[in-house]
Amino acid sequence: MTVRTEPLVRIERVRKEFRAVVAIDAVTLEVNAGEIVALVGDNGAGKSTVVKCIAGVYQPTAGRILLGGRPVRFASPLDARSDGIEVVFQDLALANAQPVYMNMFLGRELVKGPLRLLDRETMAAETKRLLDELDVRIDSPQKMVRDLSGGQRQGVAIARAMHWAQRLVLMDEPTAALGVSETQRVEELIRRIRDRGTAILLVSHSLDQVFRLADRICVLRHGKQVGVRRTSETNGEEILSMITGLR
Amino acid sequence: MRLRAVEPRRYVVYVAFLLIVAFFAVTLHDEGFLSETNLLNIVRQTTPVTVMAVAVVFVLSAGEIDLSLGSVVALSALVTADVMQTQSAVLAVAAGIGVGVGVGAVNGLFVTLLRLPSFLVTLATMGLVAGLARSVTNLESVAVENPGFSNVFGSGNVGPIPSLAFWALGAVALGHLAFRHRRFGAHVVAAGDNAAAARAAGIRVDRVRFTVLLLSGAAAALAGILYTGRLQGASYTLGAQDLLTVYAAVVIGGTRLVGGEGSVVGALVGSLIMGTLTNGLILWGLSSSQQLIAQGVVLLLAIALTFREPMGATA
Repeated sequence: MTVRTEPLVRIERVRKEFRAVVAIDAVTLEVNAGEIVALVGDNGAGKSTVVKCIAGVYQPTAGRILLGGRPVRFASPLDARSDGIEVVFQDLALANAQPVYMNMFLGRELVKGPLRLLDRETMAAETKRLLDELDVRIDSPQKMVRDLSGGQRQGVAIARAMHWAQRLVLMDEPTAALGVSETQRVEELIRRIRDRGTAILLVSHSLDQVFRLADRICVLRHGKQVGVRRTSETNGEEILSMITGLR
Repeated sequence: MRLRAVEPRRYVVYVAFLLIVAFFAVTLHDEGFLSETNLLNIVRQTTPVTVMAVAVVFVLSAGEIDLSLGSVVALSALVTADVMQTQSAVLAVAAGIGVGVGVGAVNGLFVTLLRLPSFLVTLATMGLVAGLARSVTNLESVAVENPGFSNVFGSGNVGPIPSLAFWALGAVALGHLAFRHRRFGAHVVAAGDNAAAARAAGIRVDRVRFTVLLLSGAAAALAGILYTGRLQGASYTLGAQDLLTVYAAVVIGGTRLVGGEGSVVGALVGSLIMGTLTNGLILWGLSSSQQLIAQGVVLLLAIALTFREPMGATA
């Protein structure tokens, strides 16, 4: 193993309650730069709650979130974003009647001149450069999102997250809505982003996908952390028994 | 700059406008359809609708609707005319605009704070404001004798060009700039297209909704003041027919009723189409009931041509 440095993101004994219900409890997890960590568990195990706590959607009831060793508290998703954390949602958070480049810069549109006019040309050029670099195949950044395939849309969403994420990309079931070959292309894209040094926390139902992509696997059951395994040192059977609690 | 894929749907409206003008130019040649007086009349008659249509582009694109427009026209016109009996024109105009901004703010607050659909909120304020317009002067019309006011807001000319044309062009130019070339317009269409995505991207969707409703209230008030200037008086019947005309103009102009897409220039052309039709039908000597029927037919045709969702589009 390499010399230990501060992990990019570390959550420590995070707990989240909704009134009387404890959604997650004592979840501890770290993600390093250039690493994919998968979060797995049955329905209701608390995977999405963990993601939403890190993304600033929920505020943890107890526990800490550290970025590069520095404790942070996100009051909203905007706080998390300004600290370099981006989320790729399961339901493709894109505006369908807008061109790809406007989606890429959604809420962060570039402007120019004293009148602060939209700089569509620069946004379109930046988008094209980014999509080419990540090998997301779309004819033109001017294309409307509604004219793209599901895989292309998720490509846009992931490229956008990667473009803005300084530290960490959270992905909640990024391929749940996709077909086989589209899933393959999105997985290649996720690997390329990892290789560029971005940290990725991946929630997925597909254990096959988790074993294809992840460096480490964190298992949740009934809101509690059951364990973390290196992908190279475990197998599907072990992870499955950790998920279900059956031996 | 070739930043948008060519969609034939977008250009149907311009072609239709030219066809309608050409048709009337030929059939109504002897009645002077193409005379300068008549063309400028069309501009004068359509200006209040154009001003409101510009604002409605923002409202519909944001996925909202404002049904209180017509009532606001009447109330703001009456308040302006009434205040002008005793106060200066500047104060009267401010009071009239204040009425529109006030109604817009009420609409906006109910939609954003109480999370009610704008359709229901503005349906209620439509009735409420119409009632106020009837009671504020007990159904009496109010005459305005203020040449300065009338010149600026309706009956004046700058050279050969009616002052109303400047209001229409000003509204369209500002609206187009804000809609196509400022972040505000981008946030309006994003909010109307996918509110959840817009919110996740940090766009303050409620602020957008509030602002577009405020805007349409103010635009309706300005329309009321422009009517008052042109007709040199106000009555509670002003604006009564405008709701349908405004929405027809906007939708014909390529703005989607369900949000996410709009065009200010298209709305101007839509407004000119509606105005040209009315004008041509009057010159043809159609009675007002026949005009309504003809307008309805044309409207159905226009909607059938422009309003269809592209194939394969999902809501």
